[in-house]
Amino acid sequence: MATSPILQLDKVSKSYGETFAIRDVSLNVDRGELVCLLGPSGCGKTTLLRIIAGLETMDSGTISFRGEDLHGMAPHSRGFGFMFQDLALFPHMDVFGNVGFGLRMQGMSNDRVRMRVDEMLELVDLGDYRNRKVHELSGGERQRVALARSLAPAPKLLMLDEPLGSLDRVLRESLQAQVRSILKEIGVTAIYVTHDKEEAFALADTIVFVNGGQVVQSGPPEALFQAPATEMVARSLGLRNIIEGTIVRASESVEIASSAGTLSTAGPLPGGISVGDGVLVIINERSISVAPVHHEWAEMGIRLSGVVNEQKFRGGESEIHMTVGRSELISVVPTVDAQTEVTSGDEVSVHVPPEAVTLLPPAEA
Amino acid sequence: MTASRLLVVGPISFIAVFFLYPLVAILAKSFGGGAVGLGPFQVLLGDTYYLGRIWFTIWQAAFSTFLTLVLGLPVAYLFARHEFPGKSLLKALTTLPFIMPTIVVAMGFVALLGSGGLVNTGLSGVFGDNAPQVRIANTLTIIFLAHAFYNYSIVVRIVSAYWANLSPQFEESSAMLGAGRVQTFLHVTLPLLLPAIWSSAILVYIFSFTSFGVVMILGGSQFATMEVAIYELTVKLFRLDIAGALAIVQIVFTYIFMLIYTRIQARSAVPVTLVHREAIAKRKRSIRDTLFVIGIISILLIVLSPLLALVERAISTNDGYSLVHFSALFSNDSGSYFYLSPLHVIWNSIRFAFMSMVIAMLVGTAAAYVIVRPGKRSSILDSLFMLPLVVSAVTLGFGFLVAFNRPPVDLRGSWLILVIAHSLVAYPFVIRTLLPVLRGMPPHLKESAALLGASPLRVFIHVELPLIARALVVGATFAFAVSMGEFGASLLLVRSEFTTIPVAIFRLLGQPGAANLGQALAMSTLLMAVVALGFVVIERFRYRDIGGF
Repeated sequence: MATSPILQLDKVSKSYGETFAIRDVSLNVDRGELVCLLGPSGCGKTTLLRIIAGLETMDSGTISFRGEDLHGMAPHSRGFGFMFQDLALFPHMDVFGNVGFGLRMQGMSNDRVRMRVDEMLELVDLGDYRNRKVHELSGGERQRVALARSLAPAPKLLMLDEPLGSLDRVLRESLQAQVRSILKEIGVTAIYVTHDKEEAFALADTIVFVNGGQVVQSGPPEALFQAPATEMVARSLGLRNIIEGTIVRASESVEIASSAGTLSTAGPLPGGISVGDGVLVIINERSISVAPVHHEWAEMGIRLSGVVNEQKFRGGESEIHMTVGRSELISVVPTVDAQTEVTSGDEVSVHVPPEAVTLLPPAEA
Repeated sequence: MTASRLLVVGPISFIAVFFLYPLVAILAKSFGGGAVGLGPFQVLLGDTYYLGRIWFTIWQAAFSTFLTLVLGLPVAYLFARHEFPGKSLLKALTTLPFIMPTIVVAMGFVALLGSGGLVNTGLSGVFGDNAPQVRIANTLTIIFLAHAFYNYSIVVRIVSAYWANLSPQFEESSAMLGAGRVQTFLHVTLPLLLPAIWSSAILVYIFSFTSFGVVMILGGSQFATMEVAIYELTVKLFRLDIAGALAIVQIVFTYIFMLIYTRIQARSAVPVTLVHREAIAKRKRSIRDTLFVIGIISILLIVLSPLLALVERAISTNDGYSLVHFSALFSNDSGSYFYLSPLHVIWNSIRFAFMSMVIAMLVGTAAAYVIVRPGKRSSILDSLFMLPLVVSAVTLGFGFLVAFNRPPVDLRGSWLILVIAHSLVAYPFVIRTLLPVLRGMPPHLKESAALLGASPLRVFIHVELPLIARALVVGATFAFAVSMGEFGASLLLVRSEFTTIPVAIFRLLGQPGAANLGQALAMSTLLMAVVALGFVVIERFRYRDIGGF
């Protein structure tokens, strides 16, 4: 039997006056799983986190942990950890005082507090920082102290609310890897809130996509990326080349009349779509091939033609922006190839292989 | 729930009973008990003497404010834009006059510029008996000087704190755009500073407007402000109805000024980006700057000189320096006029100050928590709780006399009335010191502690209390010092067996003889020492300049 989820949210709702902050959110988190709540700011993810922590009340729904209903339980009795965006390190205590706070609240003896704090500081690579004052720490050090503080009491569930939000990109990326490896080393179950998709990809076992107070889609990062459930998710994940089309034929392969021309992909049709329906087509920008018109393709397949508008240099890769049919498409290719093959104004042949095409139901009006 | 209910009900009912009710009693009195209608007001406005007092109060406060700004702004510049050795000590000393009881300030001026004061005896010592003398005792000049001395630290504190946080990049941008030093000051710096200057000026105006102790001791009744007139109407003429009418007129004036003040504060809080002070270091040094610094330091010394003169006069006798005036205070067989020994007076002041401090802390802390609770009424509550600052001490004492003068609550003979009056004057200071700390507390700090397993009580003990402890100490010290120095209300309310130090000093001054003057000086010096000690505590624990009063 598969292990049952450690945290279960069932139809949790919360509104402020007329507006819903959270609407019918149901969510399961497995033991040891690292879940990222991803969504634009103001989408309700922080509120959801605060409800789980007991800092906010919900209007309806149930939350249970290890099968026990958390309703009415005070935040300090839940045994959860929480890392705030502003970290909330206690300014009147040193690093030791901060990291040991939760342990002292458990009534742990001084000797054991000291051992545990040292162990935690080792874990976050701040072994010598015990007696530092909070205001002497750099941004990244504060982040790690806050992480050590929330991990020290061995929380049954750790929640992190954009903990790296205030850092610059370089530091954030190096800490992301560190945070993931620390959390995995301990094996703590964690919910991590972020609005940064790169961060979610770097950290998560499961991404839960939240928008407008509702869960839009959840799953492993790769699955989300390969099969976004809505146009909004697709765009939020950074996918481009989203065009309109109509299903013409569907058998072993599916044929689509799109604004870029005729496309095909492997069948069967995804649920909810049938022949004759309008759909959204996502074309993977890294799988489109572009070549000068007279190039001899090694393989057969559907070929479209277009005109190159411009090339954008993006370091190791370049983007070729072109007009294909009535659509703008982008192809991302290694910079070396782009320079040699085509330039602006060229007429090109465009090849969209079947595996590059993903179909979505059209956005609701 | 009941605990938080108590938090709200406690301070509000304290204000209602001991502040609002006495005000209503004054109002009732001034309308002549209902039968005569506007009678007392008609008397007041038909009498050229009282109209003259009102007009005098208005213009003397204006001139005092002007003088205070002239004295205070250069010092504010010095502290905002210059680094020099001994700056923090000098800064602390600058604030000393403000926290000094008015009676000490007045006595300082008596000691410095009075007929037997330091300056005149010095002149005699140098030029002989026919030496020119500075004769400004009992003149308007000495009142203006004392007001400026007393209030200039308000200007220095508020303006320099604002100035220090003003990014020098504004001035640098102006220079890069071709403006000279003077142009930059007139067109960039001054307009940016204006809100701070205005708000300090209005505070100074309010304090000069309701000035009591300084005028009583340095001016005499020929220069009576409205405040002094209220006192004399109550104590000497027994015209409580006209006193009430005058008090109402004064409250209306001060309330309007306070409204303007809060308006300006609210407006100035928004637009300018303030940079943290450490980011601003004084960039260049020139000879002009150095001269400027020396000039300002000499102003400071002049401003501090009354306090130094007070000490000097207190220890000087005909046979050189000695502590004879002080030892006279501590001997019970003192030949002074009243039967209460000075030791007893000192003990009175200390115990009343302690009790007032406790009450002010309880009311002030509860009120501060009520004010910071989220909700729309926060600013209304804030101004309600700050009202006692607007109403003068003499009016407050007068209100107590007319409100609590018959059974079941006849408090006139009790020391309790004194303690309550002192707490009312003191607790707004507790609120003012606590509010910035409570408002500045990072929002997630308490939640973090709770999530780490701390119960609400332990959150308060381990997180909140340590963070507000410094502000609590500062507030308590303020409350203690305010009570020690309170003069206006005490003079009206005190019974001879409960005489406090300021009242005793005033009474001693009213008696002829060098020994009485000597004792008054010695007592003022003691009071100054106690308050100065408190001030050291405040400076030690205070960690932000903005806020304060």
